[in-house]
Amino acid sequence: MIPAAFDYHRADTLDEALKLLKKHGDDAKVLSGGMSLLPMLKLRLASFAHLVDINRVPGLDYIKEEKGTLRIGAMTRQAALERSDVIKSKYPILADAVPLIADPLVRNRGTIGGNVANGDPGNDQPAIMIALGATFIVRGAKERSVAANQFYKGLYDTALARSEILTEIRIPVPPLKSGGAYTKLKRKTGDFAVAAAAVQLTLGKYGAVERAGIALTNAGLTPIEAVDAAKYLVGKMPDEKTIAEAAKMAAAKSAPSADRRGSVEYKKEMARVLTARALHKAVQRAGGS
Amino acid sequence: MSEPRTDAKICGMGHSMKRKEDPRFIRGQGRYIDDHVLPGMLYMDIVRSPHAHAKIKKINTAKALKIPGVLAVIDGPTLAKYNLHWMPTISGDTQMVLPIDEVMYQAQEVCAVIATERYIAADGVDAVEVEYEPLPVMVDPHKSLAPGAPVLRKDKEGKKDNLAFHWQAGDKADAERALAASDVVISENVYLPRIHVASMETCGCIADFDTAQGKLTVYMTTQAPHAVRTVLALVAGHVGLSEEKIRVVSPDIGGGFGGKVPVYPGYVVAIAASVVIGKPVKWIEDRMENLQADSFARDYHMKVELGAKRDGTMTSLKIKTVADHGYSNASANPSKFPAGLFSICTGSYDLKHAFCEVDAAYTHKPPGGVAYRCSFRVTEAVHAIERATDALAQKLNMDPAELRMKNFIKPEQFPYKSVLGWEYDSGNYGAALKKAMDIIGYDALRREQAEKRKKGELMGIGISSFTEIVGAGPSRDFDILGIKMFDSAEIRVHPTGKAIARFGTKSQGQGHETTYAQIVAEELGIPAAHVQVEEGDTDTAPYGLGTYASRSTPTSGAAAALASRKIRDKARKIAAHLLEVSEQDLEWEPGKFFVKGAPQMAKTIQECAFAAYTNHPQGMEAGLEAVHYYDPPNLTFPFGSYICVVDIDRGTGDVKVRRFVAVDDCGNIINPMIVDGQIHGGLTQGIGPALYEEISYDDEGNISGGSFLDYYVPTALETPKWETDKTITPSPHHPLGAKGVGESATVGAPPAIANAVVDALRHLGVTHLDIPITPEKVWTILKNKGVAE
Repeated sequence: MIPAAFDYHRADTLDEALKLLKKHGDDAKVLSGGMSLLPMLKLRLASFAHLVDINRVPGLDYIKEEKGTLRIGAMTRQAALERSDVIKSKYPILADAVPLIADPLVRNRGTIGGNVANGDPGNDQPAIMIALGATFIVRGAKERSVAANQFYKGLYDTALARSEILTEIRIPVPPLKSGGAYTKLKRKTGDFAVAAAAVQLTLGKYGAVERAGIALTNAGLTPIEAVDAAKYLVGKMPDEKTIAEAAKMAAAKSAPSADRRGSVEYKKEMARVLTARALHKAVQRAGGS
Repeated sequence: MSEPRTDAKICGMGHSMKRKEDPRFIRGQGRYIDDHVLPGMLYMDIVRSPHAHAKIKKINTAKALKIPGVLAVIDGPTLAKYNLHWMPTISGDTQMVLPIDEVMYQAQEVCAVIATERYIAADGVDAVEVEYEPLPVMVDPHKSLAPGAPVLRKDKEGKKDNLAFHWQAGDKADAERALAASDVVISENVYLPRIHVASMETCGCIADFDTAQGKLTVYMTTQAPHAVRTVLALVAGHVGLSEEKIRVVSPDIGGGFGGKVPVYPGYVVAIAASVVIGKPVKWIEDRMENLQADSFARDYHMKVELGAKRDGTMTSLKIKTVADHGYSNASANPSKFPAGLFSICTGSYDLKHAFCEVDAAYTHKPPGGVAYRCSFRVTEAVHAIERATDALAQKLNMDPAELRMKNFIKPEQFPYKSVLGWEYDSGNYGAALKKAMDIIGYDALRREQAEKRKKGELMGIGISSFTEIVGAGPSRDFDILGIKMFDSAEIRVHPTGKAIARFGTKSQGQGHETTYAQIVAEELGIPAAHVQVEEGDTDTAPYGLGTYASRSTPTSGAAAALASRKIRDKARKIAAHLLEVSEQDLEWEPGKFFVKGAPQMAKTIQECAFAAYTNHPQGMEAGLEAVHYYDPPNLTFPFGSYICVVDIDRGTGDVKVRRFVAVDDCGNIINPMIVDGQIHGGLTQGIGPALYEEISYDDEGNISGGSFLDYYVPTALETPKWETDKTITPSPHHPLGAKGVGESATVGAPPAIANAVVDALRHLGVTHLDIPITPEKVWTILKNKGVAE
């Protein structure tokens, strides 16, 4: 549990951090909460000659709604999300998920930016961001934005270049009659999901589904967006049968691997069960029946 | 005894005194091995084998030795020069310290890097290149014992099979006859998987050889410092280590649970390195090394057969076990008991016929196994009988509580001689089960279950009425490598009436500093706050075999009481001298002697102590101190009844423990709060193996469950609210009427949980589930029975 040697750089501004990343290229890695990075370094599963610590960079820690958009700074700690009234009252999908991330100590350190930027399929928030239709703001030489569902390329492989830092998450404020839910099965506190489902729905005037976002955690090399299931739901009344069918379609997209948490068959089945449960919850929260 | 005899100022038995050790632990002021830093100290880190079985072709150390700060790489051939490359295990087997040419399990120590800094040592380990030639791997103990299996222990001359030992108890033919004559017989294959103690602190040491004095001091995480000193003297005598020149210091320990009884190769290599280099060498394992290489526990494959008459009277028990010991039998058992106290397997029941046997197999896995918070294989025995009892109830279509009540050894049968040879000291099993049933509302729960079952909801109620056998042990039967399993106390009362008490045991978090002080307070009336308890330094503490198997209170606790009584006897003589009366005229109440009929004429124990140094009677030795080595006449047999209620998620198979009631009986209680704490901790370490923990190996001998990523230790959030209560049935032979309690809950909890889950699935035809009961195991049943969500 002893990492290989590295140089530690503490950036005081975003520009300074970006400059360091540019200078050290592939040898550098951004250190945010460190909750994924440090264990990998200690186990020598990864090694970087330079760590660029952005914990002292000001202005990256906020949760605010502005002009129809919820903006969350990348350095916002999970514990802050857990306590946030905005999150608790209007974003139940996040309010469900955050207390299920690791344990309180990790949530005091871990950041939402690190959770979504790391590209670990076991992380919970990538699937949630896809379900919410979020966009990530990325700063490098210039600023650009990437849709959450375009961000994940492979295992620990994302649209983020080595010289870039994810700075903000933008989530469209859900319209009236929206509801979301996150259901997660895990072996114990601190473990990654056996399976987990993120669902965000908006219902129309008569109760039919107007918009649906569904994504799965730890069901493949990246978060899995259940596009077919979401499409299937749109325009339909979210009744028992429809939900069951959509859950089946979502599970069909999952491609988990077997490990201590379960076999492939079990995990796929759990993706179905949990998606159905999340859909039921989301419908209820959206004011549907 | 329920009401304390002493007041709160003295704080003898029965007071929930706050633990004297806790202020330093809570403030982070505990001094664990890794908190110790010695001048000039070097650091050791270990290169481990990625293969379960391989030939070592070459160890290339050149790159490692080039790293500034790397001083040496020690391998098997280095140690072989001093004949230190092999060592004995506690169970009389042998184990490699470092290999010469072949590794026998994954994570086995291959060589050690010595460096000036911990980080440099780790870099050195990374830079050592070992060339291996993988060899065929044996992971299945059944295949290992099959005729014609390749012999693993080629180091043992003439060894033709992989049997580490065979052990049996009871009359096989008699038990089989009685089974055959039974109206019903159940038969279940019960596997208790390989698990690990996973103590918060891993193992480690600082070996410090003082070249000027020729004295070796080893600060180490050991539960048995005195035994380690003697073993070191016996195995390293040939390199000049003599017992008076060896000091073992066991400082604060962050959990042992049996895992810190064995001597691991890392300790030996660090000692060898310090002796050769002449500087202190520190070695501290990381978590993965601890889980992957240190002694495992359990790994018992048991075939359990239990017979009964139609009316439920149990007739006969037969258990055949294959035990997987890994590549060496490194169990920490008393020498005459290679399968520990497994023959307690008749449990709480009046069985007249029983037989059990154990075949121990060598495999390509780490050596073991230790008794994880358990008095030598009692956990395995209790799981077998308690699971079998439920299976029998199911077959007879009887309520499992009723079946237990019917078969319990009755209070009037104690002392009870079991068919497998133990003399149970005392018990009242029916009272404990009755109390647990009343607390949990057993009948109402059964009604609720019936209602739920109609609606397709899955709920189960599980009982475990266990009997333990702890406090090893009487010297006629119990020794480790020849050293008898007595234990000791040495108490010195200072002139001002304060005392220091030292013991041969070693607390790892159990609260000895408080419990022993309360025993001295109880017997001498010196306030527990004024009794300084010390353990773990072999230069100062009296000799003893250490702390494991719930033996501290039964052995050293008894020694504390008897040493105190010796002191009290002397104090009585001093009091008589001071009061100018005869000894016979004096009465004792905690804290003072007074003249019969004239209570105003009194001398306190403090006054007696002062006089012992300032005004002792002519002809009497000065001072006030005593030593006692206690050889227990028998073991103690704590017991209890646990009832657990589970709800099962039909969609996921997830088991939720809704309620858990634990009624324990450990005889007279010294500190109720500490006993409660022991039960809480033990229950949590019971739910762990029942629902979460397992170490397993694939066909190539690769470990699964070798890190906290996949070895699931429960946290506070996984544990239900434990509801604890007690009955009190004193031990008739222990001086305080006390029994050991540290392990009851670890032993008793898993079958209660397993029985509850099986009970929830009983109507689907399920008769047994092996632990850990994972959601997938349950879900697979639900799916196969067509009732999954």
